[in-house]
Amino acid sequence: MTHVAVTVNGVLREADVEPRTLLVYFLREVLGLTGTNVGCDTSTCGACTVLLDGESVKSCTLLAAQADGREVTTIEGLARDGELHPLQEAFHRNHGLQCGYCTPGMIMAALSYLRENPRPTEAEVREALQGNLCRCTGYQNIVRSILDAAQQMSGAQV
Amino acid sequence: MATTQTAQRYVGGGVLRKEDPELLTGQARYIDDLTVPGMLWMHVVRSPYAHARIVSVDTSAAAAMPGVIEVWSGEDLASEWQGSLPCAWPVTEDIRMPTHWPVARDEVRHVGEAVAVVIAETRAQAKDAAEAVSVQYEELPVVVDAEEALREGAPLVHADLGTNECYTWTLSAGEVEEVFRTAPVVVKERYYHPRLIPNAIEPRGALAVPVPAQGEFTLYSATQIPHILKTALTAFTMANMPESKLRVIAPDVGGGFGSKLNVYAEEAIVLAAARRTGRPVKWVEERHENYLSTIQGRDVYQDVELAATEDGTLLGVRAHLVADMGAYLQLVTPGIPLLGAFLYHGVYTPKAYDFRCTGVFTNKPPTDAYRGAGRPEATFAIERAMDALARRVGKDPAEIRRMNFMPPFTEPTDVISGLKYDSGDYAKQLDRALELVGYEQLRKEQAERRSRGDVKQLGIGLSTYIEMCGLAPSQVLSALRYAAGGWDAATIRCLPTGKVVVVTGTSPHGQGHVTTWSQIVADELGVPVEDVEVLHGDTAVSPLGMDTYGSRSLAVGGVALHYAAEKIIAKARRIAAHELEVAEDDLEYETGRFSVRGAPDRARTIPEIAFSAWTAHNLPPDTEPGLEATHVHDPGNFTFPSGAHVCVVEVDTETGAVEIVRYVAVDDCGNVINPMIVEGQVHGGITQGIAEALFEEGRYDEHGNLLTGGMTDYLVPAAADVPSYELERTVTPSSSNPLGVKGIGEAGTIAAPPAAINAVVDALAHLGVTDVPKPATPEKVWRAIQRARGGAA
Repeated sequence: MTHVAVTVNGVLREADVEPRTLLVYFLREVLGLTGTNVGCDTSTCGACTVLLDGESVKSCTLLAAQADGREVTTIEGLARDGELHPLQEAFHRNHGLQCGYCTPGMIMAALSYLRENPRPTEAEVREALQGNLCRCTGYQNIVRSILDAAQQMSGAQV
Repeated sequence: MATTQTAQRYVGGGVLRKEDPELLTGQARYIDDLTVPGMLWMHVVRSPYAHARIVSVDTSAAAAMPGVIEVWSGEDLASEWQGSLPCAWPVTEDIRMPTHWPVARDEVRHVGEAVAVVIAETRAQAKDAAEAVSVQYEELPVVVDAEEALREGAPLVHADLGTNECYTWTLSAGEVEEVFRTAPVVVKERYYHPRLIPNAIEPRGALAVPVPAQGEFTLYSATQIPHILKTALTAFTMANMPESKLRVIAPDVGGGFGSKLNVYAEEAIVLAAARRTGRPVKWVEERHENYLSTIQGRDVYQDVELAATEDGTLLGVRAHLVADMGAYLQLVTPGIPLLGAFLYHGVYTPKAYDFRCTGVFTNKPPTDAYRGAGRPEATFAIERAMDALARRVGKDPAEIRRMNFMPPFTEPTDVISGLKYDSGDYAKQLDRALELVGYEQLRKEQAERRSRGDVKQLGIGLSTYIEMCGLAPSQVLSALRYAAGGWDAATIRCLPTGKVVVVTGTSPHGQGHVTTWSQIVADELGVPVEDVEVLHGDTAVSPLGMDTYGSRSLAVGGVALHYAAEKIIAKARRIAAHELEVAEDDLEYETGRFSVRGAPDRARTIPEIAFSAWTAHNLPPDTEPGLEATHVHDPGNFTFPSGAHVCVVEVDTETGAVEIVRYVAVDDCGNVINPMIVEGQVHGGITQGIAEALFEEGRYDEHGNLLTGGMTDYLVPAAADVPSYELERTVTPSSSNPLGVKGIGEAGTIAAPPAAINAVVDALAHLGVTDVPKPATPEKVWRAIQRARGGAA
């Protein structure tokens, strides 16, 4: 067993896990944070996207051990004091989700991207989402949501 | 047409989805999020061969692995089944129905078929042990292609059937031979619809929880059809499992697109495993398994002929299909081509019609419903062939359509294939779409690029589609030999506190029924939309239902809800009249409030009446306490959404690359409850249709191995692969139901493939290109150009 200590959504979480445990299963099955989903097992679909030290990563492709001593943010960590994050608000307002399965990954990927590029164009958002697949929305309202969120967030601390 | 006096406060407005908060915050509960005490994990051992005899299954090494509880072969589990996995649609009397065990017993017939299962304490232990199961196979000859499978001497998928032909189904109307013999123009086309892999982003999964002392089971499944699943599993497959002892729950479900409209082997196996172990057992599909063991779509050859006059007036349509069933018949496999069989004349008015489909077994996974199911194939055939006819008679594609459209109509109208279309104005849709896209200007630009010999040529593709939704009148289903009905059910329960609970028989998995159903009820009963709670997807909560597929939910389940509301209002009127001491006819009803005619201050609201119905202190004679109503609605007719889509592409004539530069869609789904949700459905549908046209193809080698075995090889489009679409709607209310609604879930997927391919062909028409096969990848486009130029391709 390997001991891992990861700060998840601001709280230090420690556990002994099999060395082969993937980060996504550490989050889902050890910590019970099931908001991060698994869609493809091959880091193609992006449903498992979380932030590792503030940058988006696919948690199905990292070992839990690789996150040892680092900070992870999941979809459960976005809303503060019952207030949705502007990205969550924007997805709601613009119908940026249907079945919701890709949504946590989409939002985490978008959050990471907007930190890099707070004022993106539509084309830039589409390019930035290359690693996140959605089968329901045709992306149009996801892109619209992210552009809307970027406007809401501009000026504010992202 | 039945009506209630309701001010529309919510219907037609932009109510934001009530489903969203839990989905946005990670609080959703999909199948893989569920854990119960004592839960075991299942892993399925699958065949690496497309056709082989099982010589032996050695489970001993696996059984000795850490954490392993049980390892079973197909033979070991044989006593669990009373029969095959169900096929509910034996389309002809003489259809050949192969045996289909949940776990193969003697022979495997496609790569990925289950041959053994491992039950262990953890997910990882089950998977580790599965690798230690030793199966010996003796390979058998393989047939991969449906037309090859029909040839004399082809290897037989099911030796006991003596042929690979599953069935041949025909439909004919008018003087077909005469029309085609005498028509001045006959256009012959041949199309192939590649295999498509549905790719719901959530894989399938199932969790069976037993109560051994009672012989009871709860099956959680990522399914579109909890109700059908409960009945079909207990009626056909599970031995000694009374339907009354099985409860099926569809938790949050991460997309379906038809792929979760089935009764799958793993759903039966987890139940069997839970029964044998007395413990909960869970299985969750991995993506590579999804590509082998979940149903696939399309895989149909079509020979299509149009008969016409010299000026392009359509006289006859003939469509002959060879449809790949795969190795087995899943729930509705044989019936998929029939869902399109009546639509090969589209929105046009030929006087002769001939359809024939031969279903064929091959050594590939079964096909079944994938978004559109039979209707994309029909629409592609007629809309591509109409373009071919336009080229043949020298007319513009818009003109050939306009001159052949059915004239506008608002009441049920007979068409040649035997259906009654509900309402439509097809010319209006096309005119509006052409106006929006700037058709004349685009044709001018196209001519300029052609005359300049630009590398990037412009193509404009039209698709004026129709589809058949609102599945389905039960008597029509009976005539088509479908085993069940097509009704749906709704219950409205007015709680004493004024809140309202709606129980629906539909089973949403992204479509937003909770919001849409709330809007309907809030308007009919005059309550705030947030006071309506919608329950679904649990056979113990919602005992009556036929679930969600085929764009049926609003047109059947939503209409059931409307009728249930009428029953609530009728009972409430009786109680209000009694309390106000007036005759029922003296009451006016508006937005949840009954008032006395001429004395509007004397009134009762629905919530007030719900409270008096609950106390039951002062009810009219012979009135049951409570304010609750259930309605089961069996539709009298299908609904027929339609529309005009225009796809504009740039094709690089040197590389074959296709880029969609504009996409305009004018759809008509009748009256609209929630425009935002309707647009979302169209966006997603068009994207899946474009994916079918340009990107996706499940390819197999000659041994039956899937070459596109994962999301890295099979191109599910990402955001940058598709444009933003420009949408508008026309509204011709359906004559099939009192809400005037038609359905929208599949429209985009049905309309888009011919629009996109017609655009690609149109871009290259001046080079002599008349066809580009799906998917129009750069290589296929480039080869089509070379062939047209007479070079070696």
